[in-house]
Amino acid sequence: MANERIFAGVDVGSSRTKTVLMDASKQVIGHDVRHSGTVFSQTAEDGLKVALDMAKRPRSAIAKTVSTGYGRHNVTFSNATKTEIACHAKGSYYFFPKEIAIIDIGGQDNKIIKLDPLGGRRGFKMNRKCAAGTGAFLEEMSLRLNIPLEEMDAHAAQSEDMVKLGSYCTVFSGTEVLENIRNGEPVAAIIKGLFFSVIKRVLEMDSLSDNVVMTGGVVAHNPHLAEMAAEIIGKPVLVPKLPQFTGAIGAALYAMDTH
Amino acid sequence: MTEAKQPKRKVIKTAAAMGKYMADYYYELDNAAKTGERKIAWCTSVGPAEILRTMGFVVYFPETHAAMLGSTRMSTDLIPHATALGYSPEVCSYMTADIGAYLQKQTPLTKTFKGIEGIPKPDVLVYNTNQCRDVQDWFGFYAREFNAPILGISGNVTVNASTDAIVTGVALQMQDLIAPLEEISGNAFDMDKLKEVVGLSRQCSDTWKQVLEAASATPSPLTFFDGCTLMGPAVVGRGTPEAVKLYKQLLAELEERVAQKDGAIENERFRLYWDGMPVWGRLSAHSKLFASLDTNVLASTYCSSWIFSALDAEDPFNSMAKAYTDLFIVRSEDYKEAYIKEKLEMYQVDGIIYHDAKTCPNNSNCRYGMSNRIQEKTGIPSLVIDGDLNDLRCVSDEQTKTNVEAFIEQLEESK
Ligand code: SF4
Repeated sequence: MANERIFAGVDVGSSRTKTVLMDASKQVIGHDVRHSGTVFSQTAEDGLKVALDMAKRPRSAIAKTVSTGYGRHNVTFSNATKTEIACHAKGSYYFFPKEIAIIDIGGQDNKIIKLDPLGGRRGFKMNRKCAAGTGAFLEEMSLRLNIPLEEMDAHAAQSEDMVKLGSYCTVFSGTEVLENIRNGEPVAAIIKGLFFSVIKRVLEMDSLSDNVVMTGGVVAHNPHLAEMAAEIIGKPVLVPKLPQFTGAIGAALYAMDTH
Repeated sequence: MTEAKQPKRKVIKTAAAMGKYMADYYYELDNAAKTGERKIAWCTSVGPAEILRTMGFVVYFPETHAAMLGSTRMSTDLIPHATALGYSPEVCSYMTADIGAYLQKQTPLTKTFKGIEGIPKPDVLVYNTNQCRDVQDWFGFYAREFNAPILGISGNVTVNASTDAIVTGVALQMQDLIAPLEEISGNAFDMDKLKEVVGLSRQCSDTWKQVLEAASATPSPLTFFDGCTLMGPAVVGRGTPEAVKLYKQLLAELEERVAQKDGAIENERFRLYWDGMPVWGRLSAHSKLFASLDTNVLASTYCSSWIFSALDAEDPFNSMAKAYTDLFIVRSEDYKEAYIKEKLEMYQVDGIIYHDAKTCPNNSNCRYGMSNRIQEKTGIPSLVIDGDLNDLRCVSDEQTKTNVEAFIEQLEESK
């Protein structure tokens, strides 16, 4: 087993770099996530080392690496690149092999990808025009509210009430948040309102099919977001294992396919 | 590390002669401005150029100048100067870049053509709002600045069919231009001359149409990006024999290439249609991006904007009115949808890209559900790219690249 070939997927996102190692039976045997930083090639190297340690495999066991994401061309040890659209589709279909619509909420962008029952792509939409609806938006708001990002989900989940935030852009939303603070609204209700506005921004990007899958770091850290989305859409929302790693898993699967 | 492959694109030989034509054209304008020997009329790109030429004006097209501001990437730094004057960053960035350039006393003409110091001052400005309202505001700015007369045609918009009522109305407005233009030019109107100019314009249009349609061959000898520069003489030179000659030369070159199956890009695997304007500052980058993916964006609504098939030398006013109303940009959503569907079939494309240009709703056709409707009806996949013609602040290169690469991956997977 020790000399069995393994496959690497590296997803260099604008905010975090995710690394996944998979064995030939498609099990995730090592993974790592870290800030992408400014030197993507080094970040990818560091991530790979940690993932290899976790998998207890030597580097020489890697048969092939596929990189994806914003910094996909900066991964020096990668053998091929694929876009994050392709990798999220591949990773999601691996967990849910049916007709699905994938909502990926990333640090800086959102995607909606639609797949047919065989996993073929019907189309995709990507938004990077502004931060509204992305992880960056929640990060900015956590600063304004002085609530650590990792605590936002618990606040939103426990709140019965929700303030309505109607603005389209991050700056305007920031002003609205201040207004709500001034009016004495409870912080938890404001956070719930922020979650609601993230979902609304994403849902206006495209129509959805029956099976909705949510992926990405924002959902990984804020599971309540998926629950709220299910409520708003009126359909159950599927979340894969390791939602932040869906793109990297897709990349590793591509590495395996094309090996 | 994976490297993007270096694209190979074919050079169009006639492009050099086209470049010379454009240089001669700007020197002619400059000479008129410096000597005052001939009067200068400013005209919108699909305005009544034939009438102005007939009246003896040298005709200047600010939109072509604005496109140069875009392609030289001067525009983005100039737009804020117009914004400071109260022109919203959300209105036509051709206009705001051009006004900004004027305020800053800058022009790409100086760098491109030695000896030209500035844009030619207008003796009259003549617009047609068939394409948009912005051209009237744009020309209005200069009319105030130069204290020059401004004339115009209030063209119709969202036209389903160019009925007699519509055509007659526009033709009457065109005839109304004659008396003031006689006064400004000092020349008497000559109907025979107008017939001749309209006839030449029609020939130019027909040949340009054939050039664009040569792209329906497989592999296509032409790209949309080539078309964006090759169309220069069709815009500024329609109504002249030289422009007709140039397009005949270009057509012959392309026909030869078609016969030899010599494609514009080396290994044409995918064929795409482009709706909307180019991102002028990224013309070359986009051309390389698609070529590196063995993809030819080979036809567009935009380059076809200078096809005026209704022009008829025997009935110049009515036929000009019809030709300038029949244009795609003037038409209703239903007409546009049918038109695009026909072109997708004609050019045998694998997909369509819509450029949603932030500051030109008039040339962005994906804003009323068109992309979804056409995709549903034809099964041809589509991609919408957010960008702009001249304001690079509205363009994300990374987003464009990822979107385009992902789109080609999608086409690859479905082949
Ligand atoms: S059609 Fe668009 S680009 Fe052309 S002048 Fe009007 S607003 Fe500007």
